[in-house]
Amino acid sequence: MDAILNLWNSFSQDWPTLATLILILLKIVVIMLPLMVLVAYYTYAERKIIGYMQVRIGPNRVGFFGRHAFGLGQPLADAFKLMFKEIVIPTKANRVLFVIAPMLSLGPALAAWAVFPFNEGMALADINAGLLYLLAMTSVGVYGVIIAGWASNSKYALLGAMRSAAQIVSYEIAMGFALVGVLVAAGSLNLSDIVRAQSGSLLHWYWLPLLPLFLIYFISGVAETNRAPFDVAEGESEIVAGFHVDYSGMTFAAFFLGEYANMILVSALTALMFMGGWLSPFQGTPLEPFFAWVPGFVWLVAKTFFFMYLFLWFRATFPRYRYDQIMRLGWKVFIPITIVWILVVGLAVVYQLPWWFD
Amino acid sequence: MAEIRNFTLNFGPQHPSAHGVLRLVLEMDGEQIMRADPHVGLLHRGTEKLAETKPYNQSIGYMDRLDYVSMMCSEHGYVLAIEKLLGIEAPIRALYIRTMFDEVTRILNHLMWLGTHALDIGAMTVFLYCFREREDLMDCYEAVSGARMHATYYRPGGVYRDLPDNMPRYEEKASKWHSEAEIRRRNDARHGSLLDFLENFCERFDKYVEEYETLLTDNRIWKQRTVGIAVVSPYRAKQLGFTGPMLRGSGIAWDLRKKQTYAAYDQVEFDIPVGRNGDTYDRYLVRMEEMRQSNRIVKQCIAWLRRNPGPVMIDDPKVAPPKRDQMKQEMESLIHHFKLFSEGYCPPPGEVYAAVEAPKGEFGVYLVSDGANKPYRMKIRAPGFPHLAAMDEMVRGHMLSDVTAVIGTMDIVFGEIDR
Repeated sequence: MDAILNLWNSFSQDWPTLATLILILLKIVVIMLPLMVLVAYYTYAERKIIGYMQVRIGPNRVGFFGRHAFGLGQPLADAFKLMFKEIVIPTKANRVLFVIAPMLSLGPALAAWAVFPFNEGMALADINAGLLYLLAMTSVGVYGVIIAGWASNSKYALLGAMRSAAQIVSYEIAMGFALVGVLVAAGSLNLSDIVRAQSGSLLHWYWLPLLPLFLIYFISGVAETNRAPFDVAEGESEIVAGFHVDYSGMTFAAFFLGEYANMILVSALTALMFMGGWLSPFQGTPLEPFFAWVPGFVWLVAKTFFFMYLFLWFRATFPRYRYDQIMRLGWKVFIPITIVWILVVGLAVVYQLPWWFD
Repeated sequence: MAEIRNFTLNFGPQHPSAHGVLRLVLEMDGEQIMRADPHVGLLHRGTEKLAETKPYNQSIGYMDRLDYVSMMCSEHGYVLAIEKLLGIEAPIRALYIRTMFDEVTRILNHLMWLGTHALDIGAMTVFLYCFREREDLMDCYEAVSGARMHATYYRPGGVYRDLPDNMPRYEEKASKWHSEAEIRRRNDARHGSLLDFLENFCERFDKYVEEYETLLTDNRIWKQRTVGIAVVSPYRAKQLGFTGPMLRGSGIAWDLRKKQTYAAYDQVEFDIPVGRNGDTYDRYLVRMEEMRQSNRIVKQCIAWLRRNPGPVMIDDPKVAPPKRDQMKQEMESLIHHFKLFSEGYCPPPGEVYAAVEAPKGEFGVYLVSDGANKPYRMKIRAPGFPHLAAMDEMVRGHMLSDVTAVIGTMDIVFGEIDR
């Protein structure tokens, strides 16, 4: 072990730039690998959880080495199936855009994780404009959807792209405003600072002072990721599969991965900005010392899983909105509420409202 | 500047919410429907023509395959027409059995409708809940006729057989997927007769309907998607030839079970739910209530059938096949059997129309006989056909998403529309 460390030290002294690069790449792998596994097993969890909600069993056949371990092999089997399938490009499609679109959808969903603090000081890039970077990354994802819809040269796909463009752009605004509220409250764009600003106790977390923004942020997040009940962009029963109706094999898988990575991202961000991120829920209570041994990362993951579960719960419960109703909800309900609440938060910060902003 | 034209979208025949093989050519201005042009005939099997080529009894099976989610009701319409032509009537017990199975069928149909309607609007859980209950009713079909869907149970002059004294049970042996305790739990209600099983179901069923309603009735999204969609005025509903829940949703209390009563419907108590606004939501409520009313009728039939044993087939060797043991003993019965299953029977020349209140509306059969052993002509009045014909009027001006809601509310099955 020491020998390896010594080797590494001398290496980083000789080629400092190269060493930094390798270190960053390693960190990326450390973030991406678990993320990809999580995405795969999120699909499994979705099928199992919704299955139980719908009085059925869900996948339970594919396992490992001849054992059907509750169907845990299913996500891997699905992944391999998609990898080996042919990528069909429709004759009249725009070939370049058709192939770029899925990458454009998946790329930002993964890139957004760069600024995410998993624990105190545990972020790939702890930059000060983290919040802005996140907003930018999540907005770029919509181009993948729009380009996919356009490039397929299919009417269903076009309708899906049209819907998704309108929907995501309007929910982006509500989401942005909700984040402005967080920014005002925390006084920082740095994600780690936002979490630190929430420390104190469970009641200090921003879900309480920013309750409307918290709800709107999460609902907008659901809309932004094109999940039920806002899944008009793929609206199975209306426009078949919407923007990805013509995609197959790995190109389809990229959209799929992008969608699930985005869901995890939105859940994680909600946990981070409104539920105190890595902070322990027992902070400020007599129980605090008993749970001091739990690493903050565990709390973050637990909170994230809760929101990820909500995504699935929504999907099993709600009918789908109509496209114009989504627009109405976004523009006439969410945006006015966020604007009003930003004002309230602003006043609370200026007058240093006790408990949260003193 | 270039002229702006509406664009055309082919909705189906391969589409997840085309309910089979509907081909709907939509002319759209963005998301708005300017014109809808339903094309039918992709499931045409020539039922009416086929019926002309074979003895009367052999076409009963085709009736199941018309509206393949309300099988026995279609049989009922056909059998009723033949009985009218022959001038016979089934024994009272058979009438009660028919009433009971018509209502079981209505529940089956409405469950299927509810599931697919909700699925079209995006609520997929209801679909699976509905199928859970359908399973039990399918088992009743199976117990009584041997087939889970295409029963061919009704016959001119009665029904094929009396209700069985025991229900089929699952084999009580643990498998890889089901423990023995689970199988025993599944067999719990199956130890008695078919009536016991059905009664057990009826007791549970009202609770299930509540369950569906908690998911949908007061759900804001569900209401936004259905209230005010595809409003049909009572006047237009009559003009368009609507029947069944589509007509009652518009507020007209027309139900053949009450107005032109048949089977044992005059002996049982039930109410006809009617809507007020004639929109998709009202039609939804009407059908939900109809399920409860059907449940009520089934309960009454069960009580009556328990008390009153008796024949279920008319005692007329020209129409009803002889008993097996008679056939082995008596020459005459053997001849009857042979004649009945080769030539069939020859009703007197004439024409009749008989209609029943199928779950989707008025299902009528018009038969012309020239005195031969097969119908000279048969015409089926399928309730779905006029409903589908109103598609253009109902969706015009609405959005694409509403088209699926409207297809759902019409409760379309192509078996009967294309025939």
